[in-house]
Amino acid sequence: MTGIAHKFGDDINTDYIISSSRKRDTVDPQKLARFLMEDIRPGFGLQVKKGDFLVAGKNFGCGSAMEIAPLVIVFAGIKAVIAKSYARSFYRNAINLGLLIVEADTDPIDDGDLLEVENLCIIHDLTTGEIINAKPFPPLIKEILDAGGIISYLERKYPMPSV
Amino acid sequence: MGKTIAEKILGQHADHDVKAGDFVLAKVDVLMGNDGSFPLVFEASKKMMSFGVRSPKSTLMVLDHYCPSPSKEVSRLHEEIRDFARRYDCLLYDCGEGICHRLLPENGHVLPGMLVVGADSHTVTYGGLNLFATGVGSTDLAVAMNWGVLWFRVPETILLKIDGGLPRGLCAKDIALFIIGSVGSSGANSRSIEFRGQAIDEMNIEGRLTLCNMMVEMGAKSAIMPYDEMTDCWLNRLGINGDFQPVKADDDAENEREISYDISGMEPQIAFPHQVDHVQPISRATGIPIDMAFLGTCTNGGPEDLKIAARILKKRRVHSRVRFIVSPSSRNVVKEALAYGFYQTLIESGAVINPPGCGPCVGAHGGIPADHTNVLSTANRNFLGRMGNREANIYLCSPATLAASAIRGEITDPREFLE
Repeated sequence: MTGIAHKFGDDINTDYIISSSRKRDTVDPQKLARFLMEDIRPGFGLQVKKGDFLVAGKNFGCGSAMEIAPLVIVFAGIKAVIAKSYARSFYRNAINLGLLIVEADTDPIDDGDLLEVENLCIIHDLTTGEIINAKPFPPLIKEILDAGGIISYLERKYPMPSV
Repeated sequence: MGKTIAEKILGQHADHDVKAGDFVLAKVDVLMGNDGSFPLVFEASKKMMSFGVRSPKSTLMVLDHYCPSPSKEVSRLHEEIRDFARRYDCLLYDCGEGICHRLLPENGHVLPGMLVVGADSHTVTYGGLNLFATGVGSTDLAVAMNWGVLWFRVPETILLKIDGGLPRGLCAKDIALFIIGSVGSSGANSRSIEFRGQAIDEMNIEGRLTLCNMMVEMGAKSAIMPYDEMTDCWLNRLGINGDFQPVKADDDAENEREISYDISGMEPQIAFPHQVDHVQPISRATGIPIDMAFLGTCTNGGPEDLKIAARILKKRRVHSRVRFIVSPSSRNVVKEALAYGFYQTLIESGAVINPPGCGPCVGAHGGIPADHTNVLSTANRNFLGRMGNREANIYLCSPATLAASAIRGEITDPREFLE
């Protein structure tokens, strides 16, 4: 998959991804997508194009555990997030939803670079020619992502919920 | 090799031996969702072929983020949550009862040895009662309701030894801010924190809940206090005797890191805008003017917090420039504050008192700051825009520092008022 990189810094918290005050009246990710990152980059949610990549530094998604943050990213059309590291709750939510999150050194990537991500493990920066290896996923996480998220994973694993 | 508390609790709930780094499916004892996280639980449940609530009596719904409702949209959401609770027979704490992180410990829903998840990051608070509690997402909550299990990565443990006695005029919040300033906003990412040391032994459960609450601000997955007489005393007051399993780490448990602090010479601490780890001792902050002072939240909205603030504000007035807003964390806190006269003192000093709940912490209502103003707050987060206005600056502090600063209209060392 190929797309444009939108580069952000370290410690992008979930309030920056989608402001808490926006979540009060609706949690419809379709409606919230245009407010993506509005507090730190006004207008970003309207500029981003389907298939783009969100690129960040360390501790992406820190702060609140609210799942709306990764959902808004999905609905804004972002194909995958590439960051040096993720906050725990964001990582969890993204895996559960099946949002592709790649862990890699993002220093060589600049804002606006054209990227190609292969198999979630190799990133080609087509603008600079740089090739970056991503960190592999642990087996359980890979299985959940392959199933498309936690619900389809558990439905396959436990076909009849005992409720 | 011995086990950490996290390894023991997750192992017991996965029904097999586990060690840090393992990915496991574990059985969850108590589940909590609130009006901030619940809407997406509906969405997740709709994606399932069949959905039900496996253990309704240990599934708690709390309306606390937006209470009483500030808009018809929120009112509709609240109605949906009430319908859900009725339909599946879950326990519901409605608007005005308080903040989830106060209500669960206060009403005996969370006990030593349990594995608890809540769809809210500050769920780590409950670790103050010697259990493993962690924040999860809404899909997680729906999954745990339906299957009773969740996946976990067994975390590595950081042992935090807090030695020395707490100096006069300081609160558990000061210790929390100091630790976060030193460890950094991602310094404990995905780690379990275990507390030890003299300051912890001497700290009551109120302080321990505050300290555990804040640990998520450096990325911790859980923060766990030892079980001792303090825990016993708290549970006895609730009429709970022995129907739980306290957990202690083995002496030869393998911790990833051990960090020791001696707090006996510590100053009150302030977190500067816009990150919780931008922490400085108060001597580098005194004199910064403030326009709004906020006492409350799941971190510092308890009876001890109102008590220390009332003690400083007794027979004093809040500075004319300052809007002083108080949000108690539960109905029981209100009752206690009324019984001991803290409410009287706070109101006479010039406070505006909100009903129990999250209040202005999440920027929805109950005191949104103006442009280009400074807010001093006892909350846990000072991110840009957090309180509903990205043009405001938020500083974080203890309830004692808050009260002293509200009087002077500028950040003030509370020890000046506690001679």
